[in-house]
Amino acid sequence: MARTIIPFGPQHPVLPEPIHLDLVVEDEKVIEARPSIGFIHRGLEKLVEKKDYVEFVYVAERICGICSFIHGQTYCQAVEAIMNVSVPPRALYLRTIWGELSRLHSHLLWLGLMADAMGFESLFMHSWRVRERVLNIIEATTGGRVIFGSCKIGGVRRDIDADGFQNMLAELTQIERDIREITKVFIHDNSVKARLGGVGVLSRQDAYDLGCVGPTLRASGVAQDMRQLGYAAFKDLQVEPITRPEGDSYARCSVRCEELLQSIDLIRQAISKIPAGEIAVKVAGNPNGEFIARTEQPRGEVAYCVKANGTKNLQRFRVRTPTFANLPALVKMLQGCELADVPVLVLTIDPCISCTER
Amino acid sequence: MSTGTDQTFETVTIATLLDKVGAMRKEGYRLVQIGATRLPEQVELTYSFDLDNRLANLRLQLPAAEARVPSISSIYWCAFLYENELHDLFNLQVDGMAVDFHGHLYETAVKFPFGSTKAPVAKPAPAPAAGQPASKATVEPAASSNPAQPVSTLDFRL
Repeated sequence: MARTIIPFGPQHPVLPEPIHLDLVVEDEKVIEARPSIGFIHRGLEKLVEKKDYVEFVYVAERICGICSFIHGQTYCQAVEAIMNVSVPPRALYLRTIWGELSRLHSHLLWLGLMADAMGFESLFMHSWRVRERVLNIIEATTGGRVIFGSCKIGGVRRDIDADGFQNMLAELTQIERDIREITKVFIHDNSVKARLGGVGVLSRQDAYDLGCVGPTLRASGVAQDMRQLGYAAFKDLQVEPITRPEGDSYARCSVRCEELLQSIDLIRQAISKIPAGEIAVKVAGNPNGEFIARTEQPRGEVAYCVKANGTKNLQRFRVRTPTFANLPALVKMLQGCELADVPVLVLTIDPCISCTER
Repeated sequence: MSTGTDQTFETVTIATLLDKVGAMRKEGYRLVQIGATRLPEQVELTYSFDLDNRLANLRLQLPAAEARVPSISSIYWCAFLYENELHDLFNLQVDGMAVDFHGHLYETAVKFPFGSTKAPVAKPAPAPAAGQPASKATVEPAASSNPAQPVSTLDFRL
């Protein structure tokens, strides 16, 4: 049978950001998928030669508009490790709370996009309606909805007072009620099950061998979550990786649904345990050394490789983002799939091209 | 439980790289990333692996001029993505990649090699014609020693 190459992207209704796939198909079956990226490559790693290590926090936060806070946090953690900075415990808890709020709004964004890709428009609208409530909390506590600007080397810039936490807890109660209602549809609705079940199965061994991270890895049964490293306040909180054994698109969706409730629980734990005290320490001098910081972003493990030589500009700054690590698995999943399943499979790794095109 | 600060750096050579990576694969390590740092006289490669949240790094230093390294994609198939990135952004020649994009992984406006070891050459702007505003200097990327090749048939099978 003759082979045809169908270009998918960089502009495509299911892609919020540009990535290109050359799909080699026989009839309606995908034989190969050849990815290419770079359409919005910004060279942010190179920018570290121009910006000093303190102001580079702003650049790190702008790598992505969804998990922006955790990008800034991970960068700060790397520099703080090199400079042996002891971040005040209250700041670590605040970082944890804002990080989990980021995960909440990222997963809700993804659920909406997935519903939209399945043609389930009302579910898409409900997902994003709830996401707005999370963004409102973020705006109330940081002043920003996309870029928080709250993390800095040595701590955080803003505190949350007792009233702020009470309001957050009250709002989280409403959000949890809404999330339970929405995720009930994602998990139990027959049309969702039929669309996602058995599509794009990634075995446990393949997921691990292909270097997958985050929900993509955990949905294949591998219990790996960087929050278990105990960074920020996670060393004081109960966090267990949420896994599913199936490894298909439905499992990846289910893991994210359950992680929404897990994030709400972690925020509540953090609020109940947050200590009083300072929110930042003064940092003087320039970093000299090397460290690789890893955290759990909504899409999985991110690795920040920072190398400093005692000057105000870092010698090297490299980010390995979760989407980059999940691309080989996407290529593998697309082999042999039906052409109509390609949009769903691309979405199930929750691709963040801004992160990839740092 | 690892705290995230447990990370080791072990120096390897080109001769020992594949053996060492193969040993890590046998031990069950996951490939986390491959990154490069351009030093004044050298290119420094870091291969990062994870096992039970412990981070183990292999450090390889190569001469900056005509840096070549063997691919580890025969051991860790997913390494092809990092290696094509090294090729496209750092002008590093990686021999034997499982999937070779020939400089077309990064479809940037500036064609391969995006990260040439040679700095871009700034040309002085031509003198403006009378009555015309001065234009900005034009910047041309350094000449490539490996012009972009068309993408060949790719083998994505594990």
